[in-house]
Amino acid sequence: MKGGHIFPTGKWSIINMKAFGKVHKYGDNVDTDVIIPARYLNSADPKELATHCMEDIDKDFVNNVKDGDIMVAVQNFGCGSSREHAPLSIKASGISCVIASTFARIFYRNAINIGLPILECAEAAEKIESGDEVEVDFDTGIITNKTKNQTYQAQPFPDFMKDIINAGGLLKSLKK
Amino acid sequence: MAMTMTQKILAAHAGLDKVEAGQLIRCKLDMVLGNDVTTPVAINEFEKAGFNSVFDTEKISMVMDHFTPNKDIKSAAHTKQCRDFASNLKIKNYFDVGDMGIEHALLPEKGLVASGECVIGADSHTCTYGALGAFSTGVGSTDMAAGMATGEAWFKVPSAIKFNLTGKLNEYVMGKDVILHIIGMIGVDGALYKSMEFSGEGLKNLSMDDRLSMANMAIEAGAKNGIFAVDEITKAYQADKVNREYTVYEADPDAPYDAVYDIDLSTIKPTVAFPHLPENTKTIDEAGEVKIDQVVIGSCTNGRMEDLEMAASIIKGKKVHEGVRCIVIPATQKIYLEAMKKGLLEIFINAGCAVSTPTCGPCLGGHMGILAKGERAVATTNRNFVGRMGHPESEVYLASPAVAAASAITGKISGPKEVL
Repeated sequence: MKGGHIFPTGKWSIINMKAFGKVHKYGDNVDTDVIIPARYLNSADPKELATHCMEDIDKDFVNNVKDGDIMVAVQNFGCGSSREHAPLSIKASGISCVIASTFARIFYRNAINIGLPILECAEAAEKIESGDEVEVDFDTGIITNKTKNQTYQAQPFPDFMKDIINAGGLLKSLKK
Repeated sequence: MAMTMTQKILAAHAGLDKVEAGQLIRCKLDMVLGNDVTTPVAINEFEKAGFNSVFDTEKISMVMDHFTPNKDIKSAAHTKQCRDFASNLKIKNYFDVGDMGIEHALLPEKGLVASGECVIGADSHTCTYGALGAFSTGVGSTDMAAGMATGEAWFKVPSAIKFNLTGKLNEYVMGKDVILHIIGMIGVDGALYKSMEFSGEGLKNLSMDDRLSMANMAIEAGAKNGIFAVDEITKAYQADKVNREYTVYEADPDAPYDAVYDIDLSTIKPTVAFPHLPENTKTIDEAGEVKIDQVVIGSCTNGRMEDLEMAASIIKGKKVHEGVRCIVIPATQKIYLEAMKKGLLEIFINAGCAVSTPTCGPCLGGHMGILAKGERAVATTNRNFVGRMGHPESEVYLASPAVAAASAITGKISGPKEVL
């Protein structure tokens, strides 16, 4: 796979398929109701949704997050509702990548389909702490924790999903 | 290699003789569903990608149920967007205020989903139709948009956990108690990426309404789908609703399962999921003294006829406890009308309950029963996450209609036997 801007729709872009940023860390079972509460689902505008992202469990997140930052959580991230507003709000907040031990399956699909990079890696999810500076290489699945001087190996995307992501999302891949 | 029930349905819809767990496949869809929250995002994606027609005007359902009758100007604009899109693209199964119901009660009732079919919906509780022996799963808006355009979706073939049901539920114990018990046992990610298959001789003792509420909550264990073996009860339910041929699939006797659980229905007790996860279950005798401010009886999990009948049988002739609001929401117009004809609405209103037109409303903290800081609700809904029904410091306790009705009378979490 060639390098370049493979996720072209966000405020940021991954150059040579890498992400680098400061970590916002959460625990198990981060559900879609806390990622974006239903009281804000009367909007479908990602930028507006992003102003409320994570507010019920971390009201400072929207003030602290910077473009390119990385979200890390543990088990079953994104459980609950099918609302695509959840990955959309995370992506529009500037987050470049979500790393977790496991993802709830609808969130996983939605993230791939809208072009929010996510990686499953139990070791990274366990060892990375809030504030660590982390680099992610999507081609190899290698996650480098610059703060702790550690590396972790995640599963790289299967080719099927790389094709969707390279096309710029599911619908664009269908149009090809 | 032997296949599970889900794998057989997926193989048939992918045009393959065999599939196995982990395989990536593309399936033909029999129904694509969306609601007033997820459809606008799907329409935006659909139009942005340049599509201008749908694969089949009869195989798309749009149900305006979450924030309807519209709670504010923004949600009214979303519903209008769906209404205009459905009208322009001649989508036949568009349901708006007046004929809509909560989507997962409405589609089976209208015969729009049937045994052996392959269904996606941009709503996580789309897994409900597994009660009919369909493969049915929740997806996001982009998948819905792609489904509307092409009539296909991609899936990773799931492995399965089997639940072998035996025995018979005791009086005042419902399908809701069984699924809460199971989620308590395996956890909110206990079936992550997998199918939950329900079969066994105990099936004959579970009504369709019990099965629908159980399949509905498969997602709360992380499952891709929940699915019930098809029997005479399923066929009888579909007889006057489904006017097309459908196919009954059975799991191979030697199908591979990641785990098999034996569940004796006679041992299930009324069960309550405490905040803030559906896996935090306690039986009613372990619940202790929990005072409540609100009761909600309704939702895609428990707003069906048997649910209302159970609640009414407990509430009849009594009054809702002082200081408690009890909100009853029949899930569809048909159920509403039947409940009226049977005198159930009168029982609820005489007891001091509010009875509402169908809406998802309070279940997701949308409208029609939002909780203030520090308030507690017993609800027959499906999620008790932080902030789910209102303020982030409010609490939701998930229970059956029997427990919810009893709790409305006593003002604290109570089993039905405490008020009879």
